[in-house]
Amino acid sequence: MSKKYQVSIGILLGLLFMPKTVFAMHIMEGFLPPIWCIAWGAICIPFVFVGLFSIKEKIKVNPKMKMLIAMVGAFAFVLSALKIPSVTGSCSHPTGVGLGAILFGPLVMSVLGLIVLIFQALLLAHGGITTLGANTFSMAVVGPIVSYFLYKLLKKMKVSQSITVFTSAMIGDLMTYITTAIELSLAFPDATGGVMTSLIKFMGIFALTQIPLAISEGLLTVIIFNLLTKYNKKELRELKVLSEEA
Amino acid sequence: MNIEKKSKNNDIFKKNLILAVLVVVISVIPIVFLKNAEFTGSDDKAQEAITQIDSNYKPWFLPIFEPPSAEIESLLFSLQAAIGSGIVCYYFGYLKGKSKKDEGKNE
Repeated sequence: MSKKYQVSIGILLGLLFMPKTVFAMHIMEGFLPPIWCIAWGAICIPFVFVGLFSIKEKIKVNPKMKMLIAMVGAFAFVLSALKIPSVTGSCSHPTGVGLGAILFGPLVMSVLGLIVLIFQALLLAHGGITTLGANTFSMAVVGPIVSYFLYKLLKKMKVSQSITVFTSAMIGDLMTYITTAIELSLAFPDATGGVMTSLIKFMGIFALTQIPLAISEGLLTVIIFNLLTKYNKKELRELKVLSEEA
Repeated sequence: MNIEKKSKNNDIFKKNLILAVLVVVISVIPIVFLKNAEFTGSDDKAQEAITQIDSNYKPWFLPIFEPPSAEIESLLFSLQAAIGSGIVCYYFGYLKGKSKKDEGKNE
């Protein structure tokens, strides 16, 4: 019991001192009207709440999962620290939440993603405390959910393992930024063209820039997944990520 | 058995190496081909777009703490990446050691 707490406090402290991210491509502090900040924040609360219990539950079932959970959290930290140039001439960063969503389900990543975003907002002035709800919704709720269900779907269709992992991580990453664009255009409809005109504009900024980065994230996730398959088949099977015969 | 296993290990190493090279290529291409681009963050671009749509909009909340300079900001970023990759690499080192040990037991 006490050891479990020690480890979770350790992970928490580790996360705490990890200057979170980025330059990135989250909605900037103060750039979302208060009403939207509150609305997106409220939507995220149940996801994070259930996610906390789901982490607790997973560790209870198998205490060894702690390390794997810490690893997928760290993976998200690394990826969101990498500002990569893109074809549009601006930079953005991958999110790294796809891997964890595939392994542990989307809600675990809601918690880890939120932690990443908080420290990013506090220490790096990226994203923001007021826009935390909106950014959590895009990066820690929508992205992981898309990755998770896409993974399940492609696996059912018997697509090869690598392609399945690649596609789910990539599309999840892309959806995060598409969601960001939607959030901004809802808050800032164009005076003449309305929400759609704004959406096209923000999509051009976020989604287009993100395409090559989403591909990179997909590739990096496959690298990690290959290593996990090689060294840790047992836990992957326990998590039902790999089927028995795989 | 041993040889078979070795060639499988090499396969994964090769596969991952190719994937890693691809990632590097994808990020280098824009730098090589877009010589005049500024490569600022896409969030700054969004800021401009918001100001275009609604020129009266003023951020109503400012970051509590901002890294005092670009150098310090990059320090914090690299620290983040370093700590994160430290944990990831530790985990894989642990796994590798463990699987070696298990192998030894089986023989």
